[in-house]
Amino acid sequence: MRQVIKGNHAVSHGVRLSKVKVISAYPITPQTTIVEELSEMCASGALDAKFIKVESEHSALAALIGSATAGVRSFTATSSQGLLLMHEVLHWVCGARLPIVLANVNRAVGAGWNIWADQTDSISQRDTGWIQIYCESNQEVLDSVIMAYKLAEKLMLPVMVSYDAFFLSHTSEVVDIPDQDTVDQFLPPFEPPHKVDFADPRMFGGMIGPEIYYEERYCIHKDAMAAIKTYSEICQQFQEAFGREYALAESYMVDDAEIIVVTAGTITSVARIAVRKAREKGIKLGLMKLRLFRPVPYELWRGILGGVNKVVVIDRNLIGGVGGAFVSEIRSALFPLEKRPVVYSAIAGLGGRDVTPADVLGIVEHVASGKADVDTPIFWGLKE
Amino acid sequence: MQRFINLSEEMRKGPDLVTPGLLSCQGCGTALAMKLALKGLGERTVVVIPACCWSIIIGTYPHSTLNVPVVHVPFETAAVAASGVRAGLDVRGEEDVTVMAWAGDGGTFDIGLQSLSGAAERNEDILYVCYDNEAYMNTGIQRSSATPVGAWTTTTPGGSLKQEPKKDMEGIMLAHGIPYVATASVAYPDDFFEKFKKAKGIKGTRFIHILSPCPPGWRIDSAKSIQVTRMATQCCIFPLYEVEAGITRVTVRPEEVIPVSRYLRSQGRFREMGEDTMELVQVLTEQRWNSLLERETSTK
Repeated sequence: MRQVIKGNHAVSHGVRLSKVKVISAYPITPQTTIVEELSEMCASGALDAKFIKVESEHSALAALIGSATAGVRSFTATSSQGLLLMHEVLHWVCGARLPIVLANVNRAVGAGWNIWADQTDSISQRDTGWIQIYCESNQEVLDSVIMAYKLAEKLMLPVMVSYDAFFLSHTSEVVDIPDQDTVDQFLPPFEPPHKVDFADPRMFGGMIGPEIYYEERYCIHKDAMAAIKTYSEICQQFQEAFGREYALAESYMVDDAEIIVVTAGTITSVARIAVRKAREKGIKLGLMKLRLFRPVPYELWRGILGGVNKVVVIDRNLIGGVGGAFVSEIRSALFPLEKRPVVYSAIAGLGGRDVTPADVLGIVEHVASGKADVDTPIFWGLKE
Repeated sequence: MQRFINLSEEMRKGPDLVTPGLLSCQGCGTALAMKLALKGLGERTVVVIPACCWSIIIGTYPHSTLNVPVVHVPFETAAVAASGVRAGLDVRGEEDVTVMAWAGDGGTFDIGLQSLSGAAERNEDILYVCYDNEAYMNTGIQRSSATPVGAWTTTTPGGSLKQEPKKDMEGIMLAHGIPYVATASVAYPDDFFEKFKKAKGIKGTRFIHILSPCPPGWRIDSAKSIQVTRMATQCCIFPLYEVEAGITRVTVRPEEVIPVSRYLRSQGRFREMGEDTMELVQVLTEQRWNSLLERETSTK
């Protein structure tokens, strides 16, 4: 059924269709309408779930340690400071191998207060062991939540679905909401290998010494890396069931490209327009959209980017003392190649500042002109 | 001095869900406390443990010394993680199970207070137990807000003993209006057992505060652990009572009230406490005891 809905509501529908059993959340702008709609769904009976209305984001995720260990499908949503407050629990959930799905609305972090789009929040949690997926449209948000549960439960690892504040969270788009039967066939009920069980009383998350901790961490890494293959299969199965195509990273007009611009989130839609405009001007531009960011799909990135002369990565985040986060990951992915493109960095759209097709085109023209310095990010649109 | 306690037959016959091999210190109160608690609650119990002595005492992978499911959780999350276990079990239709959060005084009075307050305000159907050894004992005796005034710890060393009185945890929990708040002591196992049995049958958030001796932290002989703890109730510094649905009942009345100095002087941690402070503690203890008795009379 096609409906015009906001990104946050796309999440709520994804959660409803995934038949989540326990939700625990704390309100934060711009995530709030997710939990409002889920509260409505629980109240009306459209969703048969327990909703724990906790006193903080830290507790929101900590409650799910309990529910997921009890063996039921669990969900939370947050943004910005809320995600940062969860940091300790994000690590714990990964170590405990709990397949929790978290929707994060990408919002800037303080100080000072800024509620608008910026990817610093989830970027800063990239080393917690959570699988991370970045979305470009409301349809992708809904579909990604359903796929996230399939991935999480297959690998027993948590998944974070991220999308830009306001540009998606509060913007209405046409979304095809799948029917329950098709989702049920795609996503069977959650059957964890271990759970709280009185016939077989086990201890979860206890002390492990130096003789085994390393191996436990290695297993997390091994299974996280397996997400590359598993998620490819899930995308294929999703396409067969729902007719929509997703990949770990997506490319647009890259076959004959000499320059590729790399984006994550909503800047991607803008960059598509820029690609067409650049080609009108004779610049052979292509686009790579990052979707799966953790684990890093090295081979796929190398396959798309390895053959061009120049790559420019647009980061909607800025790490003080480093620069953009995505560009450093792209550079390290391409480094082992014998012949590799020159990778430029551009910073744009911080704290919700608008990024237009003209901005992306401007960045690309700057790179194409040979004037860009590879050692310094292009601080696009920075006021003097 | 009473040397042995006649345990009730019911308690002796109750299931022993704690197996040998605990990694506790000699004379540890909380090791005994867990044994008594699970006797009262039975095998349909999930134990949720945040960072505390019990994270270690229970054993390391792949061993557990409890014959019930155990979920370890981050330090400040005992109450909310227990709420999550509860929600998960309710979804599974296992509403008869008792979900017990088992935290130390640091995890309760200090770092876990926010999530405990949240769970109590929502009246989550959990039993929250604080085993209080009156300092961060697992990390090596640092002061917590449960440390009594005048006590030595490694962060309130000689010349800088703890100046502030212990936080009134029962008062805080009672202010949430939860259905059951009680104190218990390993020196009074029958009373302890009865309270856990009772708590099991009550719906909503239940809070039990256990005074749990720590020989290394209290600077006492491990053989005298129970004896010293009994004195805490005999001098009324740790009265044993319960508040059920707003009705206060003192459950153990000392036959003869002893001066607090006898309790305090029995422990090395109060060795440097001055007479002035001791007199002040005596006065405050009497005031609290009298107001407890008044509350008992007025809520009858």
